[in-house]
Amino acid sequence: MAKGTLYNKVWNHNRVTELPTGQTQVFIGLHLIHEVTSPQAFDMLREKGLKVAYPDRTFATVDHIVPTLSQARPFADGQAEAMLQAIERNTQEFGVKFFDFASGQQGVVHIVGPELGLTQPGMTIACGDSHTATHGAFGALAFGIGTSQVRDVLAGQCLAMDPMKVRRVEINGRLASGVTPKDVALFIIHKLGVKGGIGFVYEYAGEVFEAMSMEGRMTVCNMSVEGGARAGYCNPDATTFAYLQGRKYSPQGAAWNAAVEKWKSFVSDGDAEYDDSIRFDAADIEPRVTWGITPGQSVGISEALPNPGQYEDVGERASAELAYRHMQWTPGQKIQGIKIDVAFIGSCTNGRIEDLRAAAKIAQGRKVAPGIQAFIVPGSLPVRKQAMEEGLDKIFLAAGFSWRAPGCSMCLAINPDQLVGKQISASSSNRNFIGRQGSQTGRTLLMSPAMVAAAAITGHVTDVRSFKEKEI
Amino acid sequence: MSRITQSSRIIQVTGRAVPVPGDDIDTDRILPARYMKELTFANLGQYPFQDERFHSDGAPKRHPFNEAHYQGASMLFGNANFGCGSSREQAPQALTRWGIRAIVAESFGEIFSGNCLTLGVPVVTASQADMAALQNIARKNPGADFNLDLASMTINGGGLLVKISMPASRRKAMMEGAWDSTGLLLANADKVAGMLAARAAA
Ligand code: SF4
Repeated sequence: MAKGTLYNKVWNHNRVTELPTGQTQVFIGLHLIHEVTSPQAFDMLREKGLKVAYPDRTFATVDHIVPTLSQARPFADGQAEAMLQAIERNTQEFGVKFFDFASGQQGVVHIVGPELGLTQPGMTIACGDSHTATHGAFGALAFGIGTSQVRDVLAGQCLAMDPMKVRRVEINGRLASGVTPKDVALFIIHKLGVKGGIGFVYEYAGEVFEAMSMEGRMTVCNMSVEGGARAGYCNPDATTFAYLQGRKYSPQGAAWNAAVEKWKSFVSDGDAEYDDSIRFDAADIEPRVTWGITPGQSVGISEALPNPGQYEDVGERASAELAYRHMQWTPGQKIQGIKIDVAFIGSCTNGRIEDLRAAAKIAQGRKVAPGIQAFIVPGSLPVRKQAMEEGLDKIFLAAGFSWRAPGCSMCLAINPDQLVGKQISASSSNRNFIGRQGSQTGRTLLMSPAMVAAAAITGHVTDVRSFKEKEI
Repeated sequence: MSRITQSSRIIQVTGRAVPVPGDDIDTDRILPARYMKELTFANLGQYPFQDERFHSDGAPKRHPFNEAHYQGASMLFGNANFGCGSSREQAPQALTRWGIRAIVAESFGEIFSGNCLTLGVPVVTASQADMAALQNIARKNPGADFNLDLASMTINGGGLLVKISMPASRRKAMMEGAWDSTGLLLANADKVAGMLAARAAA
């Protein structure tokens, strides 16, 4: 059992009591909900005759089913319209704040929470969504839950949990130019495996994370769950506090200084003990691209695709063989040069302002290759507004990208944004699972937003670094 | 509080088993995302592994869930990292509504196994070699009955007896009928209020 880590401190701070089963009752400071995993939870409350115990600790938005071309009501998809109406009705009936389109704050739930300053260090945060891990970037303990647990949090603001182990993932050195937090995330998952994190929370530490922006830390923490870790976090520091200062729900005035002092108390001690730790060197990370059907199946942009025979574990070998059958590549072929059909920039992994800036730098003064459908989906209305103030929309439109409204879009494709048939997408999202982008034969290549932009311009997987040297 | 009922004790699960081989079977594969647009869980039992079982034109593919002799199976035998990915409770809902009462695998996605607990479905682990042996029996002899016993932490069937594992608190929750967490948590509502009052005063 780890000792003296942020995880231990936040856990102890929010521990209510031990349950008769031996599980711990943990208080949840912030609860975020969206339209897809909450309606059944509200129904369960009604069935049991329960209220929302702390309605000022739950916040709602709508993201998964939102059409990104037009939000005119009613939505063309009757099921999507019904989901939106359900969250409107439920939040009103139970007194929960709903960041709808009119609020100007709507967006992907994991972008909205931090942007509003709701996500704060030392908190426990839950949401019916696996990428709740994102909020760990602030030094919060944040994890995804299922709908029955959403019911529990609504009913009593608590969860029944078992403690997790803590693994420190330390990366020192400096990331080379063109290497982004997304590449760091894909590198870690590749090294530790998609099951490596089962039972663990990941603490991200070392020079790379100390130098990283909040946006970047969110990208890495977001993908913890793709490595099997239910949560991941960075220790809060000056970067964290600077991001939070002045946000709508951040403490203001005299309360601000007191809050910062308290937040500092949640940082892992210098002599903290971990259940496991591992170190990597930033110099070993290059832009990465997934080639398979799990986020762990990725290669560096200069590499060739692996031979399934090289996996010692039978399960991993079978997974690689299935990946080849689905993706239809040949072992040994280069990842560079694989042609794409669709380029998607967005999602809770890479739909923040920094991501759009990185993509715009590549798109500026260039054109999307003929036949490629390329589109940009800002993560939230504030991100969209900020990008437009910076003129990024004009850069994208001039290059031939479609400029959309916020939502989950093609990250999971239960809205009109979907792959068709065997199309290949370059995506800045987080999952390349079979069928994830709306077509059961569709193929997804995960990469950083800059790499997606470069692929959109050339029409194939491209090393964003050589791209810059050659064409600027 | 009177409406909160104690859940039932779960000690044994008995029945035939359907093998679903493969590591990293994510919840998108178990229940494709488009079915999450249904406002209730009521119909989900129709769709487990939908896209692995049928082509987009409706033609069936080869999948254990399509085979006649696995209809009515009450256990699923998986491999490593079963149920990884999305937190959707719709995935275990689809499996239980199809008839699955227990899942045995090498390891599980954590949110998935937590969701199964809240539904009263034991998710237990066994070694890679034991899973291969169990799947082999279920494949060669689909009629074989298995008995999963949380008291002895074993699964027994087709002439094989295998040790299974599960975190102690989950096992206790199942065996004592304390897996429906809402009631347990609400019993301590005053402690939560007290904790918040103490924080506000500090
Ligand atoms: S953007 Fe994708 S991963 Fe993020 S919340 Fe939406 S669907 Fe989930």
